Amino acid sequence: MSSRLMALWDWFDSRMPTVGEEWRKHASEYYAPKNFNFWYYFGALSLMVLVIQIVSGIFLTMHYKPDAALAFGSVEYIMRDVPGGWILRYIHTTGASAFFVVVYLHMFRALLYGSYREPRELVWIFGVLIYLTLMGEAFFGYLLPWGQMSYWGAQVIVNLFGTVPFIGETLALWIRGDYVVSDVTLNRFFALHVIALPLVLLGLVAAHVLALHDVGSNNPDGIEIKKNKDANGRPVDGIPFHPYYTVKDTVGAVVFLAIFCIVLFFMPEMGGYFIEHNNFIPADPLKTPEHIAPVWYFTPYYSILRAVPPLFNSQFPGVAAMGIATLILFFLPWLDRSPVKSIRYRGAYYKSALALFVVVFLVLGYLGVKPTTVWGQFGFEAFFLDTKDIATWVARLCTVLYFAFFILMPWYTAKDKVKPVPDRVTM
Amino acid sequence: MKNLLATLLLIVPTLALAAATGPVLEPAPIDPRDLVSLQSGARTFVNYCLNCHSAQYMRYNRLTDIGLTEAQIRDNLVFAGDKVGDTMKVAMTPKDGKAWFGVPPPDLSVISRSRGADWLYTYLRTFYRDDKTPSGWNNRVFENAAMPHVLWKVQAEQSPVQYDRTVRDLVNFLAYVGEPVEQARKSIGIVVLFVLGVIFVFAYAMKQAFWKDVR
Repeated sequence: MSSRLMALWDWFDSRMPTVGEEWRKHASEYYAPKNFNFWYYFGALSLMVLVIQIVSGIFLTMHYKPDAALAFGSVEYIMRDVPGGWILRYIHTTGASAFFVVVYLHMFRALLYGSYREPRELVWIFGVLIYLTLMGEAFFGYLLPWGQMSYWGAQVIVNLFGTVPFIGETLALWIRGDYVVSDVTLNRFFALHVIALPLVLLGLVAAHVLALHDVGSNNPDGIEIKKNKDANGRPVDGIPFHPYYTVKDTVGAVVFLAIFCIVLFFMPEMGGYFIEHNNFIPADPLKTPEHIAPVWYFTPYYSILRAVPPLFNSQFPGVAAMGIATLILFFLPWLDRSPVKSIRYRGAYYKSALALFVVVFLVLGYLGVKPTTVWGQFGFEAFFLDTKDIATWVARLCTVLYFAFFILMPWYTAKDKVKPVPDRVTM
Repeated sequence: MKNLLATLLLIVPTLALAAATGPVLEPAPIDPRDLVSLQSGARTFVNYCLNCHSAQYMRYNRLTDIGLTEAQIRDNLVFAGDKVGDTMKVAMTPKDGKAWFGVPPPDLSVISRSRGADWLYTYLRTFYRDDKTPSGWNNRVFENAAMPHVLWKVQAEQSPVQYDRTVRDLVNFLAYVGEPVEQARKSIGIVVLFVLGVIFVFAYAMKQAFWKDVR
């Protein structure tokens, strides 16, 4: 590098050494285990998608109008008259789904290798908070195109809050700012989507990364590399994040972007899953669509909501089940009693439980996009059949299994026959 | 044997009809690169649809996409009084539309994206006489549709094959109007993927170079 540039850096560094210190602490001298595999790409990718969403979002905000009379038209204006507008919009719609894809895979990685276990409980808790905030961010953003699905999706979700005993109606009214989802609601959802939740998200992401770098990264073997240091105090199985993982993550990012661009340029609607067909009909408060399905990333929880039968004519039990299904994630570090972290050294109990959990989550997700009649009805009458829709009963079974994965975890992880864990990581 | 086949041919579509929730949609044989078809569809659209339906997000001069010049657009497609840079609006207000048809005719800018081309293609070809409806027409895929069979004269004058082609062209045009950028999107996509492929080669080589000493 030219000496002039170095001199400029020295000038800067002597006045603000923090930048160099932080760079060393978090990148060039942050020692990460050398055996990261495929599953370890998704943290960096989540961060990249966050940046993509913020940048594309800023440009969309320049042309979008948060007004019930203008919103739908302004999106079509972006798609047709704003130069490059369609690309920005498709980046943002594809990015919304991609965000959940990479976050779900990132969370699954934690389940595979026990990344939520001591001493990384705080990393996990910040992560779950990011996930919940992301759901809010996606929900508020989905209203903005002001199509039929935007409108009725928001109506349904806000009404869920209305089922809370005693304060529900007031709560729903407070969220909407009106008796139905209206221009007022659109305006506040816009504010929450473009500034409030992104700020929370950025803060949580910073906390997530800082908490991780304080304790160090887990790895596919679930071994603490800090327990094995060389004479200089560096972990023997660690390599500096920069340049090793910056160059490796660059490869991952390029592959991810290629998949991202295949969706963006060749199938932006993704068969109606990333952009729903009904959302090309402007919102009509007087016309309820026949079938209201949330976007795919919410559907496992939507299935749980629909599966739980109402009690005393109140949908609240379903709403509570849905809420608990997400909040139960917080307790994972204390539910897992296994002496090992990684699935590589766990026994048959945890492996089967995790496999079943994945199947259950996917089935719930699939059922959530379909009407409950999708698998037909039972052909017989019985007193206990409050509904004859087969899919509802499958969703009920899956809901029970979803919760069983967590509630029974202290038992099956403690009983599991584990394998001995090596001292050094395996490549 | 022949009878059996004939019976089967009669029954099978009915079964398929019963199995699906709605009537069976015929796949629309549209081709977004067929400019002649798109131009013919534009003519039908302006002459028959644009009297009641708007396409208020679509500008006339955007039709240069489908091989027309601004002069051709101005002379043949734009209504008197409108400018070539205007969007495709109609004089009929939603209120009038509601009074005359029961529902205001929907805007058609993105109708191909909510309904799908197959639905439109089948819909426009399955009108039948029905004295019980106010318009005297009914439809097989959209029962009691408020819209009368606007193309009935065209259908009467043309052979079935010709009429299918007219509808095909119109649906082709509607699909184009739904997302005018579609063709450009795909060609840009190919370039972007090629560039990413090149970047991948360099990124991978760099990763291999840095990682060769990691054991």
